[in-house]
Amino acid sequence: MAATDVRPAPGTGHSGPDARPAPATGTARRRIRPARIAVNLVLLVISLLFVLPLIWMVCASISSTAGFELSLPSPPTLDNFHAILNTETTFRPMLNGLLLCGGATLLCVVVSILAAYPLSRYRSRLRRPFLYTVLFTTGLPITAVMIPVYSMFVQVELIDSMFATTLFLTASALPIGIWLMKNFMDGVPIVLEEAARIDGANAMQSLTRVVLPLMWPGVTVVTVFTFISMWGNFFVPFVLLLSPEKLPASVSVFTFLSAHDQTQYGQLAAFSVVYTLPVVMLYLLLTRKLGGGFALGGALKG
Amino acid sequence: MKSAAAPAGLAAPSGRAAGGRAARQSLLRGLPLLPSLALLAVFLAGPIVYCVYDAFTDAQLTGAAETHFVGLDNFSRAFDDPEFINSLWLTLVFVIGSAVIGQNTLGLSLAVLSEKATRPMRSLTNGVVIAAWVLPEVVAGYLMYAFFYQQGSLNNVLDLLGLPGQNWLYTMPILAVCLANVWRGTAFSMMVYSAALNEVPRELVEAAEMDGAGVWHRLWHVTLPVIRRTVMTNLMLITLQTLSVFGLIYAMTRGGPGNKSQTLPVFMYQQAFQNSAIGYGTAIALVLLVVGALFSVVYLKLLKVEED
Repeated sequence: MAATDVRPAPGTGHSGPDARPAPATGTARRRIRPARIAVNLVLLVISLLFVLPLIWMVCASISSTAGFELSLPSPPTLDNFHAILNTETTFRPMLNGLLLCGGATLLCVVVSILAAYPLSRYRSRLRRPFLYTVLFTTGLPITAVMIPVYSMFVQVELIDSMFATTLFLTASALPIGIWLMKNFMDGVPIVLEEAARIDGANAMQSLTRVVLPLMWPGVTVVTVFTFISMWGNFFVPFVLLLSPEKLPASVSVFTFLSAHDQTQYGQLAAFSVVYTLPVVMLYLLLTRKLGGGFALGGALKG
Repeated sequence: MKSAAAPAGLAAPSGRAAGGRAARQSLLRGLPLLPSLALLAVFLAGPIVYCVYDAFTDAQLTGAAETHFVGLDNFSRAFDDPEFINSLWLTLVFVIGSAVIGQNTLGLSLAVLSEKATRPMRSLTNGVVIAAWVLPEVVAGYLMYAFFYQQGSLNNVLDLLGLPGQNWLYTMPILAVCLANVWRGTAFSMMVYSAALNEVPRELVEAAEMDGAGVWHRLWHVTLPVIRRTVMTNLMLITLQTLSVFGLIYAMTRGGPGNKSQTLPVFMYQQAFQNSAIGYGTAIALVLLVVGALFSVVYLKLLKVEED
């Protein structure tokens, strides 16, 4: 499946402000052969170990007699997918996930662009303390906040509200969102904006017409990564949502996991494939266009 | 634009007559920050303040109309509770084993090796490692459960190699969840290190090579000092991420068998929601927050928001 295709395409990458040309492969060419073969062998072994669980998932999803042992399905069948592709098991949880994570991602990106603008463009006495606070917050374990959030939501009767959960997801992703967005925005030269200002543009206009178009790759990176991390987030909806019909796929896969007996590993694997597919596709899209995770790695390095 | 002159703060208290226009201007400039400030205040700062309050009460999940202030009871209870001490140790093992040693070392090794590998091999490794990282948490937990299961892939492979298998999830669950977290999290370190290695000046490495420095020597004395800041940032970030891992462990072992893989987040969850002791659970959450905050402060010191 797509697993082995998730290629960061090293040559195409490195967009964003920290953009750098890909390193020349020249030095590698000059390496003596045995050393290079050894390096490749080591990487091959590590790759095999990493890919085994993924291979199992794909094999189990198309096998009628799936167990936990690694075996090729014979003959391959789509029965597991037929069994799970219905509203109850798959479509509704996926839609819920899309509403929760899509909504929160959109909000997070818009709000962090707004916040990044003054932080990137204006000097102020409060700028540094604010940035420190944002950075400090990125480090706090969100897991630990969940119990007080739960008590708080119970008291103001927001438990089981998809809207409130969306807002909480947004807030939890904001610190890192603001931080990355500010870094990307810093990469847009200020001179261009000054020209726009002279032509009479106000701050909002120069943000939307000059700055944003130039930092599109950065915005895309933040959007995709915010969405991916939310799509996989289990604890937040697990604690804040109760009704089965509101649960996103990240939680329903878990209840699915605990409620089913051994005979249905195949269906579970099939569900996992379907649930994973959107983020893999998004990641691939990002990779093709921008060098995927490497842009993020560049924005995060010290 | 870069009016370094702007004397007042972004959200300077209005009303002060002095420099009214400048103040109004900076207020206007700070306006875009408001939505994020509101969200952060209500959904993050609020709960944290509430956490500090709740941790000193005997709040229960069910019934119990009123809660009482119990002072430090929850904390003294925690530090007298062998289960809490156990989960504190397990958290330490989990964070050091899977993040500091596992993800960090493997991530750096993969980044260094990738530079020297052939292009297809590099793409393959990166693709596979990143695929594990992109997977949703619970799916990763499920796959790792299948991998470490007694009849699972790991034992299949060991069997193939003629090595004895294990009932991993039963005999050494903490090792299994550590390795699972390495599987899931290594991509992050690998990407951060790859980006950093790109920035190491080639002349520096080549000069060292000319001087006859071996591979290890070059790595230790040339590359690592140059990417020092990245190493620290990466260590800090993965430590913090690993500290709050919940879904992966919960999906694999539920903290069991017994409490052999019950790290702090799992213990906290079980106390608060399964034993309905919200107050006690919150006290544990507060301990977790404080540990995270301490790491965060160190991280800040290392990173130092750029001087300006």
